[in-house]
Amino acid sequence: MSVKKKKGAQVYSIKKEQHRAAAIFVTPLLITLILLFLLPVILVIIMSFTNWTMTSTARSYVGFRNFVFVLKDPRFWKAFKNTAYYTALKLVLDTGLALFIAVLLDRKIHFRRFFRIAHFAPVVVPITASSLIWLWFYDPGIGPLNQILNFLGLPSMQWLYSEKTAMLSVILFSIWKGIGYNIILFLAGLQSIPESYLEAARIDGASERQVFFKVKLPLLSPVTSFIIMMGIINCFKVFTEVDVMTPNHGPLESTLLMVSYIYDQSFTRGKMGRGAASSLILFLIIFAFTMIQRRLGRKEISFD
Amino acid sequence: MSKHLRSRHAFSRYPFTMLFLLISSAFMIFPFVWMLLSAFKTPADVYNYPPKWIPSSFKFTNYEEVFKKIPFIRFYANSIFVSVVQTVLQIAISAMGAFAFAKLEFPLKNKLFAFMQSSLFVPEIVTIIPLFLLAASAGLIDTYTGLIIPGLNCAFTTLLIMSFFQTIPNELIDAAKVDGCGYIRVFLEIMLPNSKTAIGTASLFAFLTHWRSYMWPLIITNDVKMRTLPIGLKYLVTETGTEYQVLMAASVMAIVPVLIVYMLMEKEFVQSITLTGLKT
Repeated sequence: MSVKKKKGAQVYSIKKEQHRAAAIFVTPLLITLILLFLLPVILVIIMSFTNWTMTSTARSYVGFRNFVFVLKDPRFWKAFKNTAYYTALKLVLDTGLALFIAVLLDRKIHFRRFFRIAHFAPVVVPITASSLIWLWFYDPGIGPLNQILNFLGLPSMQWLYSEKTAMLSVILFSIWKGIGYNIILFLAGLQSIPESYLEAARIDGASERQVFFKVKLPLLSPVTSFIIMMGIINCFKVFTEVDVMTPNHGPLESTLLMVSYIYDQSFTRGKMGRGAASSLILFLIIFAFTMIQRRLGRKEISFD
Repeated sequence: MSKHLRSRHAFSRYPFTMLFLLISSAFMIFPFVWMLLSAFKTPADVYNYPPKWIPSSFKFTNYEEVFKKIPFIRFYANSIFVSVVQTVLQIAISAMGAFAFAKLEFPLKNKLFAFMQSSLFVPEIVTIIPLFLLAASAGLIDTYTGLIIPGLNCAFTTLLIMSFFQTIPNELIDAAKVDGCGYIRVFLEIMLPNSKTAIGTASLFAFLTHWRSYMWPLIITNDVKMRTLPIGLKYLVTETGTEYQVLMAASVMAIVPVLIVYMLMEKEFVQSITLTGLKT
């Protein structure tokens, strides 16, 4: 991206023309960033130190009171624990399964295109529509899942309607909904490993298992760490599926997540100061993970 | 992709792989099959014990019910209008910005770039509270402007398009400059025509994001007439007994067009994932 080396005045006029052109091309982007990012961020920080509510116009500075309230609120910690549980379980199941399926899809088999399309299809459809299908699946009375359980001789479950299984049901849906994304990323990673590496290992007498664990898996590590870190960040942002499937945060608020808590404080209860404070706490959590991801991401593996 | 399968007996070479993939594909597809079949069911089919899996007749009454119960066409039209306008605006703004960042030198370039990147770290829930207040004080509740403008998210698509623009050789631009083209013509006649796939991939990505958008449309609209499809569908869910068969007919209409587009453009979809996923 260096300025081309040309002579004297010519360079000056080219530079000037570039500056003028850049002003035209960058301005619309800059306006959207200032309006939709910078201004809201400044405002949310200000709000977090006031007793801002949706209904009253009287606002005053309250110091760190909102932060103290949120950090002492048992509901906030419940939301945090629920989110951590959701994240841990989803990540382990999703990443493991996605890697396994990607390895299978990487083989030279028939119907590969069909398999790929099938696994990725849930990613592209609107979450609301697909979670409504699953709402029926989970219906304890007329849902097909309990029918299948009974057919297999297992007892019925309450799925979304019991404190114990509500979150599990949401996680199962999330895996169905999102696994295709990770499969595609793993598959792209696997396919970018040069065939010569694998051949070399095989010539040295490595079994397929050894080729996977000793060659493929280490070379995949940038993709794997990306998927895990992005997975954590995205889990902390989940809202739509829990809001559609369990509109009142589920039985005994067992599906209350961080974003649901913030949304609830700000828009349902109208306590926007508290909402702002809790959203900043969430931001700090996500930001910390993002920084870790950036650190890990630097260790790129190159095949040259 | 690979049309030259090494063996014709791939099934027998990898029996376990085939079996596992068949089962997991069935699991992935089952909800869609269930939806398609159930959209034809009668209430009796649904509440029968044990419930019927195959509908007793194939009539379109549930589809008619959808239109009677909710302003479905209005929701659909809102969604299409809002997401198309958002996509066009976002891609235009992003492509312009991407050109400046990829090919032009200007003061504060690095600082502006870092500023743009930093917006990617801030989750929607953080900016949505103040954005709602700003939009409300500007009188944008229940308006298309309110739905469209605050929903724009240009940083990501800018990075995506920029990474393509960087691969266009500078010689092409220099040659055009020698011929007396201004930068606006360079942008319109060299950059854009040479990156059709990039613009296509970015547009697809942007459109899908807006089409599925949930939280912002939920809070910026109160009027039923202004709801978009993802929110509107929820009107069919009631505390006192949801009519699942009608819900499924509505879901079919919401999902099937997307699935068809996806199957036709599978390659572009996968590309948008691998490019946006791994390059940021």
